[in-house]
Amino acid sequence: MITGFPRSDGRKGIRNTLIVAYLVECAHHVSRQIALPFGDRDVHVIGFPGCFPNEYAQRVMEALATHPNVGGAVLVSLGCESFNKYQLARVVEDSGRPVTTVTIQGVGGTKKAIAAGRAFIEEHLPRLEQAQRVAMGVDELVIGTVCGGSDGTSGLTGNPAAGLAFDRLVDEGAACLFEETGELIGCEHVMADRAATPELAGELKGAVEKAARYYATLGYGSFASGNADGGLTTIEEKSLGAYAKSGSGQIHGMLKPGDVPPRGGLYLLDVIPDGEVRFGFPNINDNAEIAELMACGCHLTYFITGRGSVVGSAIAPVIKICANPETYARMADDMDIDAGRILQGTPLTEVGTEIYDLTLSVAAGARTKSEELGHREFILGYKTFEPLGPACLPAA
Amino acid sequence: MSTTQMSTTTTDPRLIRLAAGDNVLILATTVPAGTVVEVGGNGVALERDLTLGHKIAARDIAAGETILKYAFPIGIATQAIAAGAHVHVQNVRSNYTASYVVEAE
Repeated sequence: MITGFPRSDGRKGIRNTLIVAYLVECAHHVSRQIALPFGDRDVHVIGFPGCFPNEYAQRVMEALATHPNVGGAVLVSLGCESFNKYQLARVVEDSGRPVTTVTIQGVGGTKKAIAAGRAFIEEHLPRLEQAQRVAMGVDELVIGTVCGGSDGTSGLTGNPAAGLAFDRLVDEGAACLFEETGELIGCEHVMADRAATPELAGELKGAVEKAARYYATLGYGSFASGNADGGLTTIEEKSLGAYAKSGSGQIHGMLKPGDVPPRGGLYLLDVIPDGEVRFGFPNINDNAEIAELMACGCHLTYFITGRGSVVGSAIAPVIKICANPETYARMADDMDIDAGRILQGTPLTEVGTEIYDLTLSVAAGARTKSEELGHREFILGYKTFEPLGPACLPAA
Repeated sequence: MSTTQMSTTTTDPRLIRLAAGDNVLILATTVPAGTVVEVGGNGVALERDLTLGHKIAARDIAAGETILKYAFPIGIATQAIAAGAHVHVQNVRSNYTASYVVEAE
């Protein structure tokens, strides 16, 4: 049975993490030092490095600081950055979570800021750790999926197996999010055919066309050299594999980073900024995608890899699904699921069921491999988004 | 066209044919150069070491033909590709953006 920590907004968390959030890179070291003595206890560092204001970054940080897996927050400000720490602190406080803002220039420098942050954690962490879990339904779960370090096996084993788990979770009322519209280039028409309404189909196609234009301007597709080493030849071949993560069910809606799905169903997350190309590559690596999935409320993320990614994430556990049996043999310590054995005769459905079962046990508190290994990667950059169009969300 | 009449099936367990009509086969295991695999009823020696997940031509493919994997177009042949030859960045281009590859040293 799944259990979680109840929050004031009605959602439940599957972890009770205290975050230390730096609000500019200049406060990053102090944040790391604040978290350091707590070792493998659930104190995670996240943050935004920029000194210039950005509505998207503010929105994502507010969503993460009130993410259902988060139980409290230390906000670390240098003091002169443009990030609106007052608004962030208010949002966290209004959610009923303990929060403090440590301003390094105000408290008198590095040592005093570290001491202040640690004192807050020592006061509040034991209570978070002793909090009782309550029953939680599958229909309260929000699950994301990314693939990274993809190769020619990803689309044959790991991604379709994750898609089977998605199909079942959506049937049981969960909200499931798939993404990287830049890695759906070539799939837009087959994907649009699965849209719940013709208007949504238009939005889905438009999102992928936007991604194709965006990457064409930048000169590189979302295609890394290692993808080619692993047998993938073109972005559309990579897309074909990545698309399989979405399963086979109807697509109920489209979200942008920070939008929480209004109900269960299958959603595409549009991660490509709106408007002219401004701030460079949409997501400079896989963890930028995980940060956005978390900003939409994902309790945990499936990460399907062929080449062998090792990353995890702050805040939301990552279930690592290894698509390539040779990679699994080399890197089993980093992998939760051996999907490559499908190539050696294991039925796809058996691996899909294994992913589903592991999802429920991780939601109930079991630790994933990347959590055990202490992976808590996090990155957030600059973007610009327009609000969602009216056709993007399922009708009330 | 004569190429369309060639068989694209294989009984070789090291190769996967994902969909009828595909003109590529996928390696299900890593195979060294010189290994003879069965493509369309004929034995073909692999020209180079190929790791699992890579593709070989299921039949002769003409320059300009669309490469089909899982019945899905994944690019265009930039040159004629013989049955059994490695189908990859050296002979296929994207219909969208070029693939960037770092040459290993």
